[in-house]
Amino acid sequence: MTYRVGEPVAVAGRAHSGHHRTPSYIKGKTGRIERVHALFRNPETRAYGDDGLPEVPLYLVSFARSELWPDARDVAEHRVFVDVFEHWLEDAK
Amino acid sequence: MSEHDHDHTPIANRDEPAAALRARALEELLVQKGVLRPQEIRAGIDWLVSRTPADGARLVARAWVEPEFKRRLLADARSAALELGLDPGPSPVVVALENTETVHHMIVCTLCSCYPRALLGPPPAWYKSLPYRSRAVSDARGVLAEFGLRIGDDVEVRVVDSTADIRYLVIPRRPRGTDDLSEVQLAALVTRDSMIGVAQPAAPALA
Repeated sequence: MTYRVGEPVAVAGRAHSGHHRTPSYIKGKTGRIERVHALFRNPETRAYGDDGLPEVPLYLVSFARSELWPDARDVAEHRVFVDVFEHWLEDAK
Repeated sequence: MSEHDHDHTPIANRDEPAAALRARALEELLVQKGVLRPQEIRAGIDWLVSRTPADGARLVARAWVEPEFKRRLLADARSAALELGLDPGPSPVVVALENTETVHHMIVCTLCSCYPRALLGPPPAWYKSLPYRSRAVSDARGVLAEFGLRIGDDVEVRVVDSTADIRYLVIPRRPRGTDDLSEVQLAALVTRDSMIGVAQPAAPALA
């Protein structure tokens, strides 16, 4: 578990051609660790018949709506909480 | 006309939606390849359709009347469900999120239709629809208003996108004027939509 609750993190902006559970709307965006869930098997290899090992830490990361959709200025503010696997997270700049 | 030569009843049914056809083709393949047996598929479907929001409502009502139980529900919803004799389902982790005077949670799965099926039953059609899945994260307050729920500016709205192994359940706020109700009466007020976070619980009937 590399990150702790409250830490700012960035989501990697990379593309991934296979099955993965990182929605594109958070890629390249900066958020904050809200929970450190546990270790889970990696869905990116499990989807193809593999055992998904080694397990990967899963975090709940929150983002401000205005960070995700900066152009939509008329929309009321809220936060979006997303479960993100550690290999998609980077230190926030 | 079928071009292949093994024998089964024709799959084609002009009234059947494409998705249903695809699901049946997949089911046939899984059986043919020995991944699943037809009995297992039937048992899985039976389990899915036997679940109802009444189980989730029991958890919420108990949390409303017993602060210690609420603490355990928030810490480990799976264990709390087992404590009440409920089946928390195959998901390794279920997380309950409490709505308060200052925080309102709503649940979505933008990638597919992840949902705490064990405790709430099958998700409603709108939960799986593209408009809900895309707009819940981009315009949460607008979507809630369309459900008839206006959340004050002083309340933080948290949209939780269940993208991985965790299933989320909202503990809605206990309605006013329910101090005299029993736990069973309280559970009857806890609607499915209030546990997704797009509605408040039902109002108590006037005495």
